[in-house]
Amino acid sequence: MSIPLRLTVNGERRDLVLEDPRVTLLDALRERLHLTGSKKGCDRGQCGACTVLVDGRRINACLALAVSLDGASVETVEGLANGDALHPVQAAFIAHDGFQCGFCTPGQIMSAVGLIREMREAGESVGDAADVERVREGMSGNLCRCGAYAGITEAVVAAARAEAQAGEKAA
Amino acid sequence: MNLFAYTRAASIAEAVTAAAEPGAAYLAAGTNLLDLMKGGIATPSRLVDITRLPGLDAVEPQPDGSTRIGALVRNSDLARNAHVAKTYPMVAEALLAGASAQLRNAATTAGNLLQRTRCAYFYDPASPCNKREPGAGCQAIGGATRIHAVLGWSEHCIATHPSDLCVPLAALGAQVEIAEAGGRRTVPIGDFHRLPSDHPERETVLEPGALVTAVILPPEAAAFSGHARYLKVRDRTSYAFATVSAAAALTLENGRIGAARLALGGVALKPWRVAEAEDALTGATPDAEAFSKAAAALVAGAKPSGPENAFKIELARRTVVRALTLAQAGTPARMPALPASPFSHAAGALHA
Repeated sequence: MSIPLRLTVNGERRDLVLEDPRVTLLDALRERLHLTGSKKGCDRGQCGACTVLVDGRRINACLALAVSLDGASVETVEGLANGDALHPVQAAFIAHDGFQCGFCTPGQIMSAVGLIREMREAGESVGDAADVERVREGMSGNLCRCGAYAGITEAVVAAARAEAQAGEKAA
Repeated sequence: MNLFAYTRAASIAEAVTAAAEPGAAYLAAGTNLLDLMKGGIATPSRLVDITRLPGLDAVEPQPDGSTRIGALVRNSDLARNAHVAKTYPMVAEALLAGASAQLRNAATTAGNLLQRTRCAYFYDPASPCNKREPGAGCQAIGGATRIHAVLGWSEHCIATHPSDLCVPLAALGAQVEIAEAGGRRTVPIGDFHRLPSDHPERETVLEPGALVTAVILPPEAAAFSGHARYLKVRDRTSYAFATVSAAAALTLENGRIGAARLALGGVALKPWRVAEAEDALTGATPDAEAFSKAAAALVAGAKPSGPENAFKIELARRTVVRALTLAQAGTPARMPALPASPFSHAAGALHA
């Protein structure tokens, strides 16, 4: 069985041929395209280490069949930085010490990028204590076994507020 | 994961034909199915991918006041749909209380109805399970049963249905639209899931190949928008299945209850709705006494399926009273930052 698959990954068109329909999006990214930033933690949709954006929305790449996503646009952690200039969420994770061992970090960062987009689309503000609670809920699909949650939450809140302020200035 | 054939259906008729083949299963997002396949719990010989079927991904208010929700509408899109959030706020609250954001962005409306139980024995291929293998026995009975049923269970199966979404849908009397070889029909959601009885392997009224195409909220469901809440008691504040949950909705007229809608989640193999509980509220003064009576009627006949889940009966009663109390206070203008959580004290996102 050979199944042609076309994805746009980090803005670049990638053509693949799958010999097996069982390949998940995560395996396609890691094993076929050698984009190993997205991590295989639990492989069952429980830990969030595989979080990527598909057509702009964060999902668990381990629970999506690649063949079903033919034609989709995928963003992974490899596509965030612009050369040596880090994405604001990446920079916020460093500034706020949002990790320890780093294994869950690509998934945390992609999830945060997705969350900030979701909050922007829903017109949600990021300015008070309720929003910290909202961020904690919004990041609950990403586990961190080192327990760096305090720093992760600070980083995501800071990045969301920075983006909201930048948006206000632009408007 | 077993090897399977893959078919991408281009039309509903094609999908229904392909999926009627023994061993075939529908694939939408796959958030539950792939998990089950990786664990060797589901082993379909063919997956019929329905994600490209046209016309199933819209939320459509109808001229008669009902709302048609396409089978492929993603959980997050449904929760954030302005019409749904405004008209059926407890549907939105239940959706946002479920799973994680990543899963909600993928999982579909029909997939939510068809998700399988989270019974640990069902999930463990080494344990006998009457759902997986009819007649094999039930290892949950006599095992660790904290999350198991207290209503509607049988000596063959004590599992619960894990859905949050289905609880307000049941309370609001949703209809499930089904396409099958003979045409289309609709089934009340209360009749859609089967209690385990002697055949726990038969989970819904769907025949092989039948495809859920939409969920329809009837016109009268819109009357409850001002006083509707979903309350979910769980072991973690977020990203956990309900231990017990309740959907409660009221209309209030001159200080009295006009109509009431009530359903429980996490207590049975389907959302639990009892006419007597709602009748007990109709015309009553909305106070603790009326709410307690309704809660008692809703859990009437409850029996622990194991010593570890006896607490769920009293928990269910209290959850219903609290959900009714919250509903009486009025649907909040903003969705709580922790939707449906008894611990959420701050209002977060705009409801619509």
